[in-house]
Amino acid sequence: MPKITYIEFNGKSHTVDVANGLSVMEGAVQNNIPGIDADCGGGMACATCHVYVKEEWFDKLVKKEDGEEDMLDMAYEPNKFSRLSCQLIVTDELNGLVVQLPSKQA
Amino acid sequence: MIKTDALIIGAGPTGLFTAHQLKLIGLNCEVVDNLDKIGGQCIELYPDKPIYDIPAVPECTGEELTNNLINQLKPFNIKFHLSERVEEVKKIKENWEVKTNKGTIFLTPNIIIAGGVGSFEPRKFAPKECEKYEDKSIFYSIKDKTIFSGKTVSIFGGGDSALDWAVELSSKSKVNLIHRRDEFRGAKATIEKVYQLQKAGKINLFTKYQLKVVKGNGKLNSIDIQHDNKEIKTLNTDYVLGFFGLIMQLGPIASWGLNIDKKTITVDTEKFETNQRGIYAVGDICNYPGKLKLILSGFHEGALAARACFKLARPNEKYRFEFTTSSKSIKNRLGVKSD
Repeated sequence: MPKITYIEFNGKSHTVDVANGLSVMEGAVQNNIPGIDADCGGGMACATCHVYVKEEWFDKLVKKEDGEEDMLDMAYEPNKFSRLSCQLIVTDELNGLVVQLPSKQA
Repeated sequence: MIKTDALIIGAGPTGLFTAHQLKLIGLNCEVVDNLDKIGGQCIELYPDKPIYDIPAVPECTGEELTNNLINQLKPFNIKFHLSERVEEVKKIKENWEVKTNKGTIFLTPNIIIAGGVGSFEPRKFAPKECEKYEDKSIFYSIKDKTIFSGKTVSIFGGGDSALDWAVELSSKSKVNLIHRRDEFRGAKATIEKVYQLQKAGKINLFTKYQLKVVKGNGKLNSIDIQHDNKEIKTLNTDYVLGFFGLIMQLGPIASWGLNIDKKTITVDTEKFETNQRGIYAVGDICNYPGKLKLILSGFHEGALAARACFKLARPNEKYRFEFTTSSKSIKNRLGVKSD
């Protein structure tokens, strides 16, 4: 199973197994990793599962769909490595992915 | 003071159907919602998105679902208190006294919280100092646009609200429009208008910038904005407006002494009552073993909570279970003829 690493804003790191097909958001929620709220439950409607993708991983991800960038306008302190984790579907290629969590989601 | 058998907090699908259930069994109720319209998340977040798992409705949008629920309430006279947020709750003998931010006071034995993921609040700026200037120099919505006349206004955001206000205020104010990227997501015509006004020198456009620091003494003097490449610009400004959409927050309900777990309220599955007698939670905001965050679950939870309300609202009467197909009293309440 692919391993995904979530680094909280305070630096605390969590590496967990996330099954293929789940989103990076679901991986965090199912493993009780704090810092991802996911208020809308994965509908790309709230921007509270915002993460910063580690630079070396950013270009390996599927491109943003229409609407994700618009939602990121609403996110708390977005930067150029920002993604909504509900839109990142885990595959074997993402084994080792590292995402950092913002100081808060809203 | 408004006396009612039950107060529903939240006018989303669960709150609406719960109101229907209360009226059906002969109780009256009032509904409070912080949004300016009925429908909750269905209207605010996904009015156009199709929903496929409402029983007996193969497909409908959030807006259609809301309209159908409103239609279902037509036989009843229910007062909605929109753009109002509940603030305080206090136990007075057998009743709860509930106050809203607009000063409305309800006295009721039953409060049903159907608050979804919380009330919708504007998203705010990141820098902590912004709080000090809120409602004085920094605003997230505009009540009186005349105060900006002849002043410098810095508007943040890339959607319709930000663009519309930039265009609107540019006739009488010096306007800076600041957005975190090059593309705007507003209506095409408005975006074109903004670029025209920029060419005409009426709007100063700063893209790929975000707010970093606010400076002032009591009132705002200037702000620092930072480019993606870390470059900082200082802008003199009298006012700052932020339009980043809405976020859901539990708000004052969090301090009502209810058992809360990860932004949801713990309830039993018989009455959907919280740890406080007479306060219930239904829909997305409640949690219990096996909870599913589905609209259909909210309907079930509301129906049971409504029956529980009967006991406290009519302590001397016995609730009698009846079907809408056969009950004369229910048909009377619905205003339909009985056979």
